[in-house]
Amino acid sequence: MGEKKLMKGNEALAEAMIRAGCDAYFGYPITPQSEVLEYLAREATRRTGMVILQAESELAAINMIYGAAGCGKRVMTTSSSPGISLMQECLSYIASAQLPCVLANVNRGGPGLGTIQPSQGDYFQAVKGGGHGDYHLFVLAPNSVQEMVDFVKLGFEIAEKYRTPVMLLADGAIGQMMEKVELFPQMERVKTAPDWATTGRKHGVDRTYITSLFIQPEKMEMINMGLQAKYKTMQEKEVRVQTLNCDDAEYLFTGYGLGARICMKAMELGRLKGYKIGLVRPITLFPFPIKTYSDLAPKLTGILDVEMNAGQMVEDVKLAVEGKTRVEFYGRMGGIIPTPEEILEHFEKIYIDGGRK
Amino acid sequence: MSEQIFQVEDNLCSPENLVYKRPGALLDVDFHYCPGCGHSTTHKLLMEVVEEMGIESDIIGVAPVGCSVFAYHYLNVDVQQAAHGRACAVATGIKRVMPEKLVFTYQGDGDLAAIGVAETIHAANRGENIMVIFINNGIYGMTSGQMAPTTLPGMVSTTSPFGRDVKTQGYPLVIAEVLKLLPGAAYITRQAVNTAAHVRRTKKAIKTAIEYQQKGLGFCMVEVVSNCPSNWKMTPVESNNFVEEQMIPYYPLGDIKVPEVK
Repeated sequence: MGEKKLMKGNEALAEAMIRAGCDAYFGYPITPQSEVLEYLAREATRRTGMVILQAESELAAINMIYGAAGCGKRVMTTSSSPGISLMQECLSYIASAQLPCVLANVNRGGPGLGTIQPSQGDYFQAVKGGGHGDYHLFVLAPNSVQEMVDFVKLGFEIAEKYRTPVMLLADGAIGQMMEKVELFPQMERVKTAPDWATTGRKHGVDRTYITSLFIQPEKMEMINMGLQAKYKTMQEKEVRVQTLNCDDAEYLFTGYGLGARICMKAMELGRLKGYKIGLVRPITLFPFPIKTYSDLAPKLTGILDVEMNAGQMVEDVKLAVEGKTRVEFYGRMGGIIPTPEEILEHFEKIYIDGGRK
Repeated sequence: MSEQIFQVEDNLCSPENLVYKRPGALLDVDFHYCPGCGHSTTHKLLMEVVEEMGIESDIIGVAPVGCSVFAYHYLNVDVQQAAHGRACAVATGIKRVMPEKLVFTYQGDGDLAAIGVAETIHAANRGENIMVIFINNGIYGMTSGQMAPTTLPGMVSTTSPFGRDVKTQGYPLVIAEVLKLLPGAAYITRQAVNTAAHVRRTKKAIKTAIEYQQKGLGFCMVEVVSNCPSNWKMTPVESNNFVEEQMIPYYPLGDIKVPEVK
């Protein structure tokens, strides 16, 4: 059993970074995740020698990540929505140059400067690429402080296995709330670097270089095909999804992260009233659990997708069910968190009362 | 007679007479640079220094976006290609996790003095222990001749077709003099590659900057006032004369800041 603590989501995330043997963190303060840098500044260097640097901007921070990741080091950054937008250019470079790294988006309400309250408005940006060109981040959606910890470790495993950038798509509530967490033991920092890393030219061979520039279209297409093959493998092997009460379900609540956690309560309330509601929570948003939805769809009366946005993941749910069942959406925007009661009320209005009329 | 000349040339090419060669740290690949361009000269100088100091395995470079975007095709040292303007941030990332290595960026004026000014100033201000080679030719070469932050007043470019009007397009940015003010900047020098004498001084400056980095003195920048025959619409010789007569008066050569303790 690991050490148990009561921790704030952002601090647990920072603690997990230290314990995962992370070599460096480069970041820039932004609400609601500034505790990450603050915690690391207090704790990290003295405990593991981890490099902590407050960059002059999110642009600089993510490019420092590029440089350090290119040296084969285990590196991470965090930010919140406007800051993540600034990082998109370099994330495209990182995906193309195939550098492993982990970043977390503690999503706040937008668009624009928006609000500092929790939101899931960045789903499209996280899951559909975000920057220019054909690429994806591997996206994990924690729904608890515990998963903020666990997904740091898992994130590095995926990032290094596939040489790909991994994003933890959290939100301001998960970042700010306190819960009991079980921490994994301190891991050793890895001393060796992979062959592709720029660590100084090796004796007797030509230099190593890291680039995302492939000026010949034939070469660029090959790079793209390689990326797509990698995404296909992820789709086959790395999908993670939580299902609850699906065996007898006539209806499905679905959502991710905090939205899904609220849906769990709404499902319980619905079950008490006799509605056979199940729940599907994608843990990986990319790769998306397409098969889970398509297998369940034929026996369902309908799905209610709940998100803290205007309806983003619902598009992927609709693609996954391919019209085999009805898909409805309920969401709140601008930093408002829906209550289980209002979700159930909305469900009844659509599927129960509406059905009777 | 002709036989005798052949004999002389043959002797000249023998190893003991060799006084000039392609540095081994430069890959045996033809440069894509235009004839007469200062990039080729500066690449060669940099790799001569690397070879002479025997630091091929100890140095990691960062290539910019601009004409020297393909620097890693020529420099036989480990290199990362950075996003436009972000070379100093990438170099910071490298140096912070590999402090035992020598790190340099190689950037043009658009990359360093326009889009990358924040990264450059903050890297200097933090005293990042890196070397920046800054090629200032007053023009965007790769995108075919647009105005740069360092384009001289009145100088014609494709985006200042009537000459740079400082009232609307601002003044040439003297980035070296700006960086001089920062305590984290250890060594700021401005050199050129338009004459043989300037080439020799540039090489010395690059070596000095690397030595300062070895001593951990802080941020070092070697600005190289260079040319762009193709986009200046000049012959190489005319462009070198333009450097001497127009560029250097605006960007005076020499050490702008040297470390107090050497």
